[in-house]
Amino acid sequence: MNLINEWAFIGVFLAVAWVLPVLPLVVSWVFRPRKPNALKLATYESGVETVGDTWVQFKVQYYIYGLVFLIFDVELIFLFPWALAYNQLDFFAFGAGLLFIFLLADALIYAWRKNALEWT
Amino acid sequence: MIELGPQSVAFLFFSVFALGGALGVVTSRNLMHGALYLILSLFGVAGFFVLLSAPFLAAVQVLVYIGAIAILFIFAVMLTRGMTRLTETLNRQWWLSAVVSLMLLAVLLVGVILPVWGEGGTNPNMPSTDLVATTVDLGVALVDGDQYVLPFLVSSLLLTAAMIGAIVVARDDTE
Amino acid sequence: MEQCINVIETLAPCLVASGTDPGLAQFISILLGVLLVTIFPLGGVIIFIWIERKIAARVQDRVGPNRVGPYGLFQNVADALKLITKEDITPAAADRLIYNFAPIVATLSVIMIWAVIPFSPVHIGVDLSIGVLYFVAIGSIGTLAFMMAGWASNNKYALLGAFRVVAQLVSYEIPMVLALLVPVLIAGTLSMQEMVQAQLGMWFVVMMPLSALIFYISNLAETGRAPFDLLEAESELVAGYNIEYSGMKFGLFMASEFIHAFTANALFVVIFMGGWAGPGVEQFPALGFVYFLGKTMLIYIPSLILRATVPRVRIDQMMNFNWKFLVPLSIINVLVMAFLFKVAQVLSLTPPPGLETDFIANLPLTAVLLAGNIVMIIGVLTVLRNTGRRERLEAEARRADDVRAPAPTMGR
Repeated sequence: MNLINEWAFIGVFLAVAWVLPVLPLVVSWVFRPRKPNALKLATYESGVETVGDTWVQFKVQYYIYGLVFLIFDVELIFLFPWALAYNQLDFFAFGAGLLFIFLLADALIYAWRKNALEWT
Repeated sequence: MIELGPQSVAFLFFSVFALGGALGVVTSRNLMHGALYLILSLFGVAGFFVLLSAPFLAAVQVLVYIGAIAILFIFAVMLTRGMTRLTETLNRQWWLSAVVSLMLLAVLLVGVILPVWGEGGTNPNMPSTDLVATTVDLGVALVDGDQYVLPFLVSSLLLTAAMIGAIVVARDDTE
Repeated sequence: MEQCINVIETLAPCLVASGTDPGLAQFISILLGVLLVTIFPLGGVIIFIWIERKIAARVQDRVGPNRVGPYGLFQNVADALKLITKEDITPAAADRLIYNFAPIVATLSVIMIWAVIPFSPVHIGVDLSIGVLYFVAIGSIGTLAFMMAGWASNNKYALLGAFRVVAQLVSYEIPMVLALLVPVLIAGTLSMQEMVQAQLGMWFVVMMPLSALIFYISNLAETGRAPFDLLEAESELVAGYNIEYSGMKFGLFMASEFIHAFTANALFVVIFMGGWAGPGVEQFPALGFVYFLGKTMLIYIPSLILRATVPRVRIDQMMNFNWKFLVPLSIINVLVMAFLFKVAQVLSLTPPPGLETDFIANLPLTAVLLAGNIVMIIGVLTVLRNTGRRERLEAEARRADDVRAPAPTMGR
């Protein structure tokens, strides 16, 4: 099986897998009752009328976690080809990988020491 | 001429995703919708990588761009007050971004397309299999002393610097 | 026509032989494969939910579903019918398009993983050369579904729940991928089928128990199950990201969660417990199904008991556990394992070519890696014990201070 064929399977899979969650929704759309009213369609929060806007400013902490995650994610992507070829590599390659992971750990230590990982 | 095989159909399909998503990004007034359109566009690009026989880069595209950068965008959108309710699609600097986009297009045309298809460029009919490298080749090249070991380590340093910069910018130093 | 012995495996040449267009034949065989693979998680979900309810009931000293069908097996069919006939409420304030899209994306992201899971030596959706990265990438699309659901509901609790779950899922992706790096390092492949073949001699769970443990824990967090079920903290967030969902859309979120729990355990079995590997599987590939499902059940059921037993952690504890414990530990783990593997290679302790699947030939390498793991585990336990003792003493000291100087509100 060549490469494009492999991915043709994924493509067909994607096309078929779409149908599977949509089908029960369609069946439900046919059979379910429809009696909406203003109260029913109100936002369900604490039992009282919703106050204020939902889409407001959020904690900056989520963003910092997101940033730290992004940087780690990119570094991990670099490590995958290294790990994949590791069988055929010599000690020099191990050293290069070591240095790379060391710098990764360095970034983690910095974030830790600067309290960027505290959930406040 | 172009024969309409499954690959061409897939290419058209992904092009619709990539371009349609990009169009959605610039025309939607809701930043959250913009971020979701961007994901569609990035998905299309991941498809291109698959068609170019670079599945590793396709996985990277989904993992890093959709799984990390798009999520970060959404967090960033939620950090800004009232940015989900933009009323105008253009601001006063629209002409500046238009100039930058045109320049980028020119660079892409001259710098990328001409060396391949232009006068004396690479032969476009060359079989693509000669150019395909596996992920293992990539791994060997990354840590080979004669090849890319220095860029590999410098990229790590760059990412560490990015992390430090991100923390310095995002943190509140008043504590 | 001698190619037409086994219809499932050689459908395409069969059809071509009987006069069908080759492209069409290929498409039909792909389509059939896709249908076979997708039916598994979807048909399975009825059983998964039943097993889960029965086990949770046993832990809580109840009987569980026992009315509809034998042993209550059809209870979930009845539930599905109920969900389908329920009124579906889309809140007036919701962003309709994204709101309706989110449950579909959630289900899709779980089903898509099954494309690369090997059931037996010959039965696999497709053996992608980057299978391991594929399922990590698809998993990250699932994160997006939670975000879409929480945001589009336009409900403060839903959005808060979505933010928490996204922060949790992205955080635990780091130790998960770092733990995955070690099997990739040893096996030298990203393909799921080759990953199983690399374990024919020795399961990776024996070679690298620490990686397996880290992968198991972060996988548990990725599925959002107890003790990491902050995404549906009923007492704090009403229900989490899916408050506003009702009817079948809610059902899809539930179904995808149950399928994901099983899928996570199946992935663990493929990567660390040898997947379909077992005696006699070379002669009868169909035996692979039995081994694969048996092993998956072996760790799926403990994970259900765990879910029914342990309490939920707080969000700060969850984040600290990940970033200050799991991530540093998995970085050290990768370094130590890479070093030991290289040393073993230089000392030629790795199995010689041609004997990779032999149990005895794998023993020296296993011994070296296992010894390294045991040293690491002892070190970690020591550090944990000391930290725990220090924190306990600090807490006790604070308590003693409080007793000596009672707070102003007390004693009145």
